[in-house]
Amino acid sequence: MTRIEELVKEQAEKHGRQRTSLMPILQAVVSSERYLSEDAMVAIANELDLSTADVYGTASFYTFLDTVPRGKYIIRVCKTITCHMKGKDEIIKTISDMLKIKLGETTNDRKFSLLQANCLGWCHKGPVMLINDEVYPEVTPEKVTEIIGKYLKKS
Amino acid sequence: MEKQIKKVDLIFGKVDYLDILEKSLKRTRDELILDVIDSGLRGRGGAGFPTGLKWKFAKNEEADQKYVICNADEGEPGTFKDREILTEVPEKVLAGMALCGYCIGATEGYIYLRGEYNFLIPSLNKAIEDFHKKLKELKLDFTIRICSGSGAYVCGEETALMESMEGKRGEPRNKPPFPTSQGYLGKPTSVNNVETLVFALMIGREGPTKFKEMGTFDSRGSKVFSVSGDTPNPGIYELELGMTLEQFVEEFGDGDTKAVQVGGASGFCVSRKEFKNTVIGFEGIPTGGSMMLFNSSRSMFNILNDYLEFFEEESCGQCSPCRVGCQQLLKGIEAVKKGIKPPKYLEELQKLSDTMRIASKCGLGQSVPNPFNSIVNNFREEIIY
Ligand SMILES: Cc1cc2nc3c(=O)[nH]c(=O)nc-3n(C[C@H](O)[C@H](O)[C@H](O)COP(=O)(O)O)c2cc1C
Ligand code: SF4
Repeated sequence: MTRIEELVKEQAEKHGRQRTSLMPILQAVVSSERYLSEDAMVAIANELDLSTADVYGTASFYTFLDTVPRGKYIIRVCKTITCHMKGKDEIIKTISDMLKIKLGETTNDRKFSLLQANCLGWCHKGPVMLINDEVYPEVTPEKVTEIIGKYLKKS
Repeated sequence: MEKQIKKVDLIFGKVDYLDILEKSLKRTRDELILDVIDSGLRGRGGAGFPTGLKWKFAKNEEADQKYVICNADEGEPGTFKDREILTEVPEKVLAGMALCGYCIGATEGYIYLRGEYNFLIPSLNKAIEDFHKKLKELKLDFTIRICSGSGAYVCGEETALMESMEGKRGEPRNKPPFPTSQGYLGKPTSVNNVETLVFALMIGREGPTKFKEMGTFDSRGSKVFSVSGDTPNPGIYELELGMTLEQFVEEFGDGDTKAVQVGGASGFCVSRKEFKNTVIGFEGIPTGGSMMLFNSSRSMFNILNDYLEFFEEESCGQCSPCRVGCQQLLKGIEAVKKGIKPPKYLEELQKLSDTMRIASKCGLGQSVPNPFNSIVNNFREEIIY
């Protein structure tokens, strides 16, 4: 068994093998691997007795279920209206300059991905961004430099 | 101003929620449902369906299993109140779910929490665990679990939400059948917004009459508003329903408000000259709580462009009026702005948006015309020049 197959099996033991188990399993794999590789989707399909196309079709519907490789830390800057008005472009530029990647890209060491997201639900405290599940409201270029700096020091 | 906006504290105030629940459980399901009907409470998730009626429909169904779903998908741009409710008073939401379960005859409840709020899961799970212990003491058979979303606005639509819970693409179903007869896993299901559930619980304490006294004939009670944009006081406020936009802007504006988007990206844009005559509520402009203020420094073209980009990305793509319509409206206003198309092209785009209202399968495509037509009608010059 490959590592991915083991991970999928472990998650299937935990969440069950019904159709309703699919989302939690997909989410768990993304949370551990940062994305759903072809191997992972085939393993999930086998484990739950679904077609691979069905698994891919479901996964590809959801923004947070990435099917392309992403970094260990996925940065999602909210781009919707109020965050736009309150300066999300500057935030993105600051991060982009620090990590030397453009929107949609991942650093060579696979540590960071920089993405935009639709409304994150913090319009009164924009601009806001998520790093994985962690939320950072009311960011400024200075604050963001500090936050990313801390992540850069992390392994 | 004839009337001050009244601030209310039904949602966030700490209460003895177990006491309310215990007293409610001593009454019959029919009595409780009648109270919710009588209170005039309408769903706070946007569509505004009478909550008591929804519960009655679900209750009247014969089934071996029924479900309560708390809709915490909160994806509408400009809405952030449900997160605050789930952070501040999760136990009141859980108690509202249990009350609904008792009324309709369901023993299982789910909170569909948007993936963007995953950071809430540990504290919510803790609250659920504590709550389950209390339910044992009350001898009510009801368990609650969390289902996580994965970043899809359309999954806030109740049938798409259930598809997602079932492990499928979040594509809205045809209605009928309505969820109250065939919902999650084909069983009768009551889908309620986070805020609605707390109000239903509080009606158990306040009684329907007290709730009904607030607000107006069509919009009873109070509502939690999410206020953002160009305002010195952005934040979350529970206010009595029935105020005019003029009163609202007086309270929250920065002195230079030129427009307010009521009801989020899928709501309506109201310009300054209409503030006086516009009531916030089901008789005027309804809102799931989102109120975005724009002052005269803002370009309404950019705002419309942002909304259309949002819909174009979030459309599930299942039906062509919405999938193609969103793309064409977005391309269309850009073409008019750049002078590639003449200004009268906007009328054609408005016809397209009217078609989307009639022909789209779910509320997403059906409501794109709201922001589109209201912004184009009110701010035509800003779109063209
Ligand atoms: C595209 C779309 C998104 C929606 N998003 C939400 C949401 O995030 N939260 C919510 O409570 N209702 C949302 N709704 C409304 C739900 O379909 C449903 O009417 C509501 O959850 C019922 O609860 P209520 O009666 O308490 O309002 C959405 C509807 C549509 C069409
Ligand atoms: S209206 Fe849009 S979101 Fe709704 S079903 Fe059709 S394509 Fe999907």
